[in-house]
Amino acid sequence: MSTVTGTPSYDRVQVGQELPELTVPLTRTLIVATAIASRDYQDVHHDPELARERGSKDIFMNILSTNGFVGRFVTDWAGPDAVLKRVAIRLGVPNYPGDSMRLTGVVRAKVDGAVEVEVRGANSLGDHVSGTVTVALPR
Amino acid sequence: MGPPEPAPDPVNQAMIRHWVEAVGDRNPVYVDAEAAAASVHGQVVAPPVMLQAWAMRGLRPRPPAGGTAQDELMALLDEAGFTSVVATNCEQDYDRYLHIGDHLSAAAVIESVSDEKGTALGPGHFVTTRITYTDQHGERVASMLFRILKFRPPQPAGAGSGGKGEEGAQPRPRRPRPALTQDNAFFFEGAHQGRLLIQRCASCLRLRHPPRPMCPHCRSLEWDTVEAGGRGSVYSYVINHHPQVPAFDYPLVIALVELEEGTRLVSDLVGVDPGEVQVGMAVEVDFVAFDDELTLPVFRPVAAG
Repeated sequence: MSTVTGTPSYDRVQVGQELPELTVPLTRTLIVATAIASRDYQDVHHDPELARERGSKDIFMNILSTNGFVGRFVTDWAGPDAVLKRVAIRLGVPNYPGDSMRLTGVVRAKVDGAVEVEVRGANSLGDHVSGTVTVALPR
Repeated sequence: MGPPEPAPDPVNQAMIRHWVEAVGDRNPVYVDAEAAAASVHGQVVAPPVMLQAWAMRGLRPRPPAGGTAQDELMALLDEAGFTSVVATNCEQDYDRYLHIGDHLSAAAVIESVSDEKGTALGPGHFVTTRITYTDQHGERVASMLFRILKFRPPQPAGAGSGGKGEEGAQPRPRRPRPALTQDNAFFFEGAHQGRLLIQRCASCLRLRHPPRPMCPHCRSLEWDTVEAGGRGSVYSYVINHHPQVPAFDYPLVIALVELEEGTRLVSDLVGVDPGEVQVGMAVEVDFVAFDDELTLPVFRPVAAG
């Protein structure tokens, strides 16, 4: 279990540094709760029968929640004094209930007080999400 | 571009709390006024990745008419059969963090709609939208590029049969129906009676297939039909392994058969090992009733001797 541990400073962060991993168990409750917390009532995120009719094998996580986990993953590491500037993600395979998603990240660049973190979130089917998060850190 | 649509509610602690609980985010700056005050943010802020949630329509009904350009586009794609949607890309840039009481508006511009693409989910169109979020003072607070795929889902196995049932217990989906027109109906009616018919120009008496209204040689619109002898040879063929449609058996041998009469038609080739099919192979017609409504000609190799 990861915790908020305080803010790493920009000066000490190194390119190539890895972030602490975060594994998210993808319970049905989590997928529904995050969809509703983001006010996304699309049936594919809560109704298995309708999800199947629409060509999916089950309900799946909505992209707003994926954003939520990517943001959380980075700020779990970067801490309360970090400031997110940009989150750019691309979705791959769906997050279905019963699976889990393992988030990993590597610092790829440092520019003007902000670091760029390359993030991946993989489940048993492959990469659910890949992207880049830009976060400003205190000096 | 649509006019800015105001979010239903200002940024508020309750929605933030629902979000951070669901996502399991324990960053104190989102819920703890004291910790937030001591942080770089100075006060409680909303998780920036929560951006879209503020302007979601939720369960509010869509406006009955004169909806946004996005609504219109989605309705058009729905009508065209691209009824399912998945998000594929999202890029958010934050100008500042949002505070309790900020009231957002979102203005969307459809940047592009792709041609129809084949995807793992089915054929579909990628729709890219740029959304600009402004606050109650009209200042931009964030912008977002959002791409979705609107796709046509494959028919689920046993669609329409109701109930779950055991694997394999569902009735096999029927073969797709031919698209009947005034020009080609004779062909399928003939097949239903066990006759392979070829369209013939009534003026110059040349045969033609597939059926069409005008003779390509003499431009006559008059035509009748003749019954083919049913023998021919494989002019070309393809063996279809993928993608698989449940109504067909695979590997599916599809042949272009040249009839003795000279016209060619596309048909299933049956009664032959796919590895044994050869160009020039002698074949003859047979008729298969796939269901009560649909009988089609297929071809099988002429028995040796």
